[in-house]
Amino acid sequence: MLVEVEALDEILRKHGYQRAGLIGILQDIQSRMNYLPRKALQYVSQCLEIPLSEIYEVATFYKAFHLEPRGKHTIQVCLGTACHVRGSQRILSYLETLLDVKAGGTTKDLSFSLETVNCLGACALGPLLVIDRKYYGKMETGKIESLLKKYQ
Amino acid sequence: MSPHFRTISELRSFREGLKKARDPESPWIAICCGTGCQACGALEVLEAFREKIQEMGLKDQIGIRATGCHGFCERGPLVVIRPQKICYMNVTTEDVSEILHQVANGGGVIERLLYQDPLSKQRILYEEEIPFYKFQQRIVFGNNGEIDPTDIDDYIRIGGYQALEKVLSTMTPEAVIQTIKDSGLRGRGGGGFPTGIKWEACRRAKGKEKFVICNADEGDPGAYMDRSLLEGNPHSVIEGMLIGAYAIGSEEGYVYVRNEYPLAISNLTCALDQARAYGLLGKNILGSGLNFQIKISRGGGAFVCGESTALMASLEGRVGEPRAKYIHTVEQGLWNQPSNLNNVETWANVPIIINRGVEWYTSIGTEGSKGTKIFSLVGKINHTGLVEVPMGMTLRQIIFDIGGGIPKGKRFKAVQTGGPSGGCIPESLLDLPVDFDRLQEAGSMMGSGGMIVMDEDNCMVDMARYFVHFLEEESCGKCTPCREGLHQMGRILNRICRGEGKEGDIELLEDLSLVMIESSLCGLGLTAPNPVLSTLRYFREEYEAHIEEKRCPAKFCRDLISFSIRPEKCTGCGACARVCPTQAIKGERKKAHFLESQKCVKCKACVEACKFEAIEID
Repeated sequence: MLVEVEALDEILRKHGYQRAGLIGILQDIQSRMNYLPRKALQYVSQCLEIPLSEIYEVATFYKAFHLEPRGKHTIQVCLGTACHVRGSQRILSYLETLLDVKAGGTTKDLSFSLETVNCLGACALGPLLVIDRKYYGKMETGKIESLLKKYQ
Repeated sequence: MSPHFRTISELRSFREGLKKARDPESPWIAICCGTGCQACGALEVLEAFREKIQEMGLKDQIGIRATGCHGFCERGPLVVIRPQKICYMNVTTEDVSEILHQVANGGGVIERLLYQDPLSKQRILYEEEIPFYKFQQRIVFGNNGEIDPTDIDDYIRIGGYQALEKVLSTMTPEAVIQTIKDSGLRGRGGGGFPTGIKWEACRRAKGKEKFVICNADEGDPGAYMDRSLLEGNPHSVIEGMLIGAYAIGSEEGYVYVRNEYPLAISNLTCALDQARAYGLLGKNILGSGLNFQIKISRGGGAFVCGESTALMASLEGRVGEPRAKYIHTVEQGLWNQPSNLNNVETWANVPIIINRGVEWYTSIGTEGSKGTKIFSLVGKINHTGLVEVPMGMTLRQIIFDIGGGIPKGKRFKAVQTGGPSGGCIPESLLDLPVDFDRLQEAGSMMGSGGMIVMDEDNCMVDMARYFVHFLEEESCGKCTPCREGLHQMGRILNRICRGEGKEGDIELLEDLSLVMIESSLCGLGLTAPNPVLSTLRYFREEYEAHIEEKRCPAKFCRDLISFSIRPEKCTGCGACARVCPTQAIKGERKKAHFLESQKCVKCKACVEACKFEAIEID
């Protein structure tokens, strides 16, 4: 089985096998496995005795959850208002063209996932680009290609 | 071994001991490690300070403290030399030895790291004299610079948990509620509902148990004051919640915080652990009989969860859909029990009101809005950062005196307040005093306190479109007016921005807005038309230019502009061609280049790369 049962048990135990902890459970699974594999969700459904559909309802409602495997690196383009007025949309379009992937998608070679976020609260640095939790502020389209080379 | 206080007097004498143990004159260095400064390399600077201080043998002479956000994020990493409060900006690891030398030798300052007044070119030495800080009144936010948020002793030393002592030893729950009512404190999350009245209703409500909840799901894009408070001074929020729990009669609290705020979560977790260890959370707190626990719940990234009923649904582990509020959450909220929800900043105001009294608190602010408000001043502004000002200060003072005006000599166009539920306020209303009621009269709202400044290059139709799309994505979809209304508005605005606007589009937008205001289920839908209505109210001519002349006056909307290269200005340096993602720019070196408009995706990379202003936008 793809899914590590022990790891799942540990997560479920941490949340006391409570239905109320579902969002936290899914967050922990995702941070461990990088996405939410169907088998993991089935296992959670069995252990918590709640229908799989209910788990999917939650998993698809919240933006933070991914049902598909993610790329090796995650690029987040902040589209908060402060970044927007400083031109973050152009940064996003540039990345979409450069990586040939739409926001929310992952490159075919699984090297990058491109995401958008609504404000990371580092507005002084806008437009802001975050790669694997490292912040790159005052971004310009001209700087992006060389920046990405560091991650390839 | 940390102390575990069983009585109020134990805590008091511990505080006295902490105060005595530190000489107020002894030098220490505050390094801002808020998210903004961290993104500029503050952690490396902090590490360098720790290393150098060992190397130079100054460990016993100079203290080092990693503090939360100081607010002036534009100039991070910030380093403040205490107790004089000499403020150094944009500090790098190379500056560290020099700073330590200066502090150890007790004199001299490093001119190049000081703030420089842009007009007089004068350097300014002390934090409180820098215009950005001078006009602020930092009663809630000011302590961020004084304490290490991961050390509860720091908070106790500056008088932390004194308000809790006062409440537990001298006040009845009713007296606490009366104090909060008299203070005129209104909810800082946006709605501006009187906090004391909410508490009273929750106290009176009947239920098996009651909950107090802190809303730290700061979803407004462009606002980050709640995060900075949680990161920089988590105990002030915990103390506020403890006082609220005592007043309302609750034994269980929750902090619902965005998962995008990792530092806030880790500092809060640490603060809760310490408070528990000290006996400030748990059973029979300080021997008073008060029992109270706080749990953290991380949000899943849904803007609508900032709405109280949606937030409570999310706390229960369900999807964050709001419900109709014919029964208020103070009567039936979380698990159908009476629940009192306040925003981070509101909670942080509570200990201050208790400590300093109603009379002092009500002397700050305007008639209907008391106290201060923290704003995040962002966008096209010279001094980006968090500012705390008394209610009633004018927009002009905030943007120009504190914020230092608009960069690159551009012209101010509008300021957007209140996030996606707010509106755009034009230049003609810059002298508007900022409080809950006046902003609402101007067609905007306080919201959680985002203030996004826009200049002449920003298109107001695009701004409306931005917010409508944001809300369309974030609408939970439960009620039709919000789900469908936003979708249709988004389509119309897209069309207008593409130059395909039709006669009657403006009226249609107004009609849709009315329906949404009349019939949406929750605050998200009810206020969603504000960005459209406020831009229509103050910038109607921009809409008309898009629709009738197919022209974007700000030269922003992609489909209404085209790029070309002015041969007389182009030096043939090739900078534009190198950054063009679609190879639309061609030309020989040192000769004027040309741009193939069919290939151009209008990303403006060339405009940013060109040093000679040779790219023309029509």
